[in-house]
Amino acid sequence: MTTLVGLAVGIPLVAAMLALLLRTAARWRDVVTLGSLVGLTGIATTLLVHVRAEGTVVLRVGGWDPELGIVLVADAFAVLVLLAAVLTITIVEVFAIGQRRSAMGADPTVVGPMLLVLTGGVSLSILTGDLFTLFVGFELMLVASYVLLTHQGRAGQVRAGMTYVVMNLFASTLFLIGVAIVYAATGTVNMALLAERVPDLSDGVRLGIGLWFLVVFGTKAAMFPLFSWLPDSYPTAPTTITAVFAGLLTKIGVYVMIRFHTLTDMDALGPLILVIAGLTMIVGVAGALAQDDVKRILSFHIVSQIGYMLMGLGLFTVAGVAGAVLFLVHQIPVKTVLFLVGGLIEVDRGTSALDRVSGMIASRPGVAVLFALPALSLAGLPPFSGFVAKLALVDAGIDDVAIAIVVVALVGSLLTLLSMVKIWIGVFWGAPDDGERRLVPATSWRTMTTAAATAVGVTLAVAVLSGPLWEMSERAATELLDKEPYVTEVMSG
Amino acid sequence: MSATLIVVIAGLAAIGTYLVTSRLLSRIVLGFALFGHAAVLALVAAGGEDGAPPLADRSTADEMSNPVPQALALTAIVISFGLTLFLLALARRQQQLTGDDLVEDDIEDRRIAAPAIDADGDHLIGYAVAPGARDATIENRSST
Repeated sequence: MTTLVGLAVGIPLVAAMLALLLRTAARWRDVVTLGSLVGLTGIATTLLVHVRAEGTVVLRVGGWDPELGIVLVADAFAVLVLLAAVLTITIVEVFAIGQRRSAMGADPTVVGPMLLVLTGGVSLSILTGDLFTLFVGFELMLVASYVLLTHQGRAGQVRAGMTYVVMNLFASTLFLIGVAIVYAATGTVNMALLAERVPDLSDGVRLGIGLWFLVVFGTKAAMFPLFSWLPDSYPTAPTTITAVFAGLLTKIGVYVMIRFHTLTDMDALGPLILVIAGLTMIVGVAGALAQDDVKRILSFHIVSQIGYMLMGLGLFTVAGVAGAVLFLVHQIPVKTVLFLVGGLIEVDRGTSALDRVSGMIASRPGVAVLFALPALSLAGLPPFSGFVAKLALVDAGIDDVAIAIVVVALVGSLLTLLSMVKIWIGVFWGAPDDGERRLVPATSWRTMTTAAATAVGVTLAVAVLSGPLWEMSERAATELLDKEPYVTEVMSG
Repeated sequence: MSATLIVVIAGLAAIGTYLVTSRLLSRIVLGFALFGHAAVLALVAAGGEDGAPPLADRSTADEMSNPVPQALALTAIVISFGLTLFLLALARRQQQLTGDDLVEDDIEDRRIAAPAIDADGDHLIGYAVAPGARDATIENRSST
């Protein structure tokens, strides 16, 4: 089992090198890319089943003592998010292969290998047991995302790419200084040891570290007021790439925030995080309502949904954190599939501006269905996964008598529904527009819709399996807040 | 950790941050170089007491300086080196496209801010937008 944990990081990186070597041999490149991603999904599933039955798996890289070396920890929280992430990336890769055949996608010689590098960064960030390796994982993920965003070299992409790169580099440098501060204060960067040592620090130093990392991870996660780079840069990338970004990058930011702030006992920051969460929800939705383009509306919704996960963290109760974990697992496929549908609209009509496209329900009823299901899930209507996740959060909020944030969350949900209706009326309803159709080869259209449909299937599966998933989320939250089992596993493992 | 080191870290971070807020990408690159140095120095400073070089055959364990933050610093230097190169490539591409390496405003932001004009025709926020800017935005964005 420990080997599998190592492979989860190793496979995508080795496959990325192979895919780069096979850059020009299209068929082989696709086989390597897709094959390694499917293999990785298998590994993640195996790990999930194993962790659920046997408990946490710890790998000491190179057999070093955890105080000095790198440890990879696959606990309940990690394997849940890992499976959701790699499954989503696999679906996007299928979509990208379909889009490429229609000769309109981004440069396939770049996208395949870079997606794999991004996957490697994502699994390293998820599995790592120390702060510095987390920094390395983040950088791996971000470097791949810089390349994916700007590799076509269009004017708009370079402009947006600059904002994006500068913003993220700044946050990364702050991250590095934060690691230095933590090391100076505690003499270690291993999270299990930090969980023991940080609570013993004086209040000022402890909260300083907590706030510092709140800013760092908050920038990566696009929480209020550090989100302005996201709606500027995401919509300029090709759709497949935006879909990966939307599903993963910000979520990993939230993931590490939940992990770090619970392990180091930052309960004192709870009220502040709740206020930020409320503002993130409302400001994100308000931004979405002001937009008139499918991709831009969805980009603002990424920001808004981050608020719900922060709300779960801010409560610092088992129910709250479990709700945040479940919400994270639901968000990854839902956000991705919405962007994929946005991509389908663009492929069909050449634009995703609301005032240029209308009446698609007549010509492409399938796309309308594919949009409607995840859109309702995003707004949190039953019986979809979004409802289950939001119910868990609202329930936790009421238990904790944090009524204000619950009200804000519900208002945010209503406004989300409103902006989804706006897309629905703008794009699918009404008289068909007389804009030109792009001719898409039938096979590639089929591949793309199949990929999108599979992703919708995943989001529905999250709703159907919400019972066992909730169990796992609660276990993850208990382990995070209790810390004892995590520390024992890592130090003795 | 000496007072000089702290002052140097603070100074580098301050100058670096100032340069990063510039509009010219070439200055931003220099800013990140300085800011990155500040981070690396902070890591080295976090190692605590000065000591002999941490080489197994040269000095004993108790007189060595702490090797762990130095290893972290090395990794950080390599990463920032790669990212500096990427930023320079981005600046070069921007210069090819526009003849300058300015970081431009987002046209969409301007367009949304545009209607805020009071009765006298003064702009309350944002900038005026040339007619046709919206179409230009769409051209920029339509990159399936």
